[in-house]
Amino acid sequence: MSGVDLTVVWLTLKLASVVTLLLLVIATPVAWWLSQTQSKLKPAVSAIFAIPLVLPPTVLGFYLLLLLGPNGPAGQLSAGLGLGTLPFSFAGIAIACAVHSLPFVVQPLQNAFEAIGKRPLEVAATLRASPWDTFWHVVVPMARPGFFTAIVMGFCHSIGEFGVVLMIGGNIPGETRVLSVEIYNHVEAMEYSQAHWLAGGMVAFSFVALLAIYIINHRANRRGTL
Amino acid sequence: MKTVTTLLRRLPFAVILTLVVTATAQSGEVRVAVASNFYRPMQALANDFEQRSGHQVSLSAGSTGKLYAQIINGAPFDVFVAADQARPQALIEQDLATADSLMTVAIGQLALWSADAKLITGQQQLQPNSTIKRLAIANPKSAPYGAAAIAVMEQLGVAQYWLPRLVQGQNISHTYQYVSSGNATAGFVAVSQVYQQGRLIAGSAWLVPSSLHPALKQDAVLLQSATTNQAAQALIEYLRSNAAKTIIQSFGYRTQSQ
Repeated sequence: MSGVDLTVVWLTLKLASVVTLLLLVIATPVAWWLSQTQSKLKPAVSAIFAIPLVLPPTVLGFYLLLLLGPNGPAGQLSAGLGLGTLPFSFAGIAIACAVHSLPFVVQPLQNAFEAIGKRPLEVAATLRASPWDTFWHVVVPMARPGFFTAIVMGFCHSIGEFGVVLMIGGNIPGETRVLSVEIYNHVEAMEYSQAHWLAGGMVAFSFVALLAIYIINHRANRRGTL
Repeated sequence: MKTVTTLLRRLPFAVILTLVVTATAQSGEVRVAVASNFYRPMQALANDFEQRSGHQVSLSAGSTGKLYAQIINGAPFDVFVAADQARPQALIEQDLATADSLMTVAIGQLALWSADAKLITGQQQLQPNSTIKRLAIANPKSAPYGAAAIAVMEQLGVAQYWLPRLVQGQNISHTYQYVSSGNATAGFVAVSQVYQQGRLIAGSAWLVPSSLHPALKQDAVLLQSATTNQAAQALIEYLRSNAAKTIIQSFGYRTQSQ
């Protein structure tokens, strides 16, 4: 593997880590609200957070390009704040990836929160635990397999992100040229052997990551913590 | 409910009927793999050809690199219209296409284009400290128009200045999108994208003299698997005709004999 390809691998890992952190911060409160709420808005909110699952990444990327560009509302906002426009930057592809990977993190968390049920929360309340205490000391430990699945899914989905990054990234080395884009570049340029190295590595990585999820969830199920 | 079950019972007949109809129609069918930049002209050519010959043409657009990879892996195409000369040549060398069918269908022209109607007045906007902050080009590794854009900047001695200011679209339509949405101030696009009947559709542009870059020749070949397909051979013949050349020129391309 060449030095250029190593830069690409490093950038991809950095992107996936940043996106996963960002997603945990956003998705945890959303998933918690969805798991607890009796609100009539629940179906609508659920639908909004599931949309990225259905839309083709090119559509998502195209709208983000228009939205974040100098003529779009979000682009005018970010330019007004002195941040410049986001397409063609690392921050831009991180936000785009986070939008696309959101359902992969919200859904496992929501399932894990719902599986806990009312009882542990009621017990914690009778012991005078504040809701904040209950969340950190009861909910989070009990939902640990859910968090693990969410992290791995979010991370892996970002590693494999292609269409959205392709649409708004601009293929800039060290900034927005990630693994999947580089594989595409190699294939387009008939450099099949380099493409094989990266693509094969990705297959192996994905298998190991998913295997880890299944092993851990299997154990958690047997222990009955889920 | 009853109608649904009746429909379901009749479904196998419908399927068989469709298969029979398609099989008879296939006698005069050409399946064309066409580079995305040439998709619109190819549609016009296909319509004209269908009217003249009575054959059916089906088009599949994609990037030249992807279509090439599909063809060497057995994709069922009869004619390949590429955006370069390298891929058709490579197919001939692998005995996947016939050498005597090889032809240059069109010669692309490059333009420096901006969506801003006042921005581009000529090649001076390519000089350092330009008002162009971000310049879009097609990926030079895979797209001939991108490689041509790099050649132009090298010829003008400004490649070093622009290198850190470039953004790359995956192909020429993607590059056009970056410029038309205003995300890139200007970009090197195909004349066929921004000119219609010899006039600029929107924005401002500099027509790059073809002496500044290697010719953007787009070749077509008949694939080996289609040597017995008369409709495919007729299409190759048609592409050499003056009628076809007039259509190709109206889309902002030059043709071989000019």
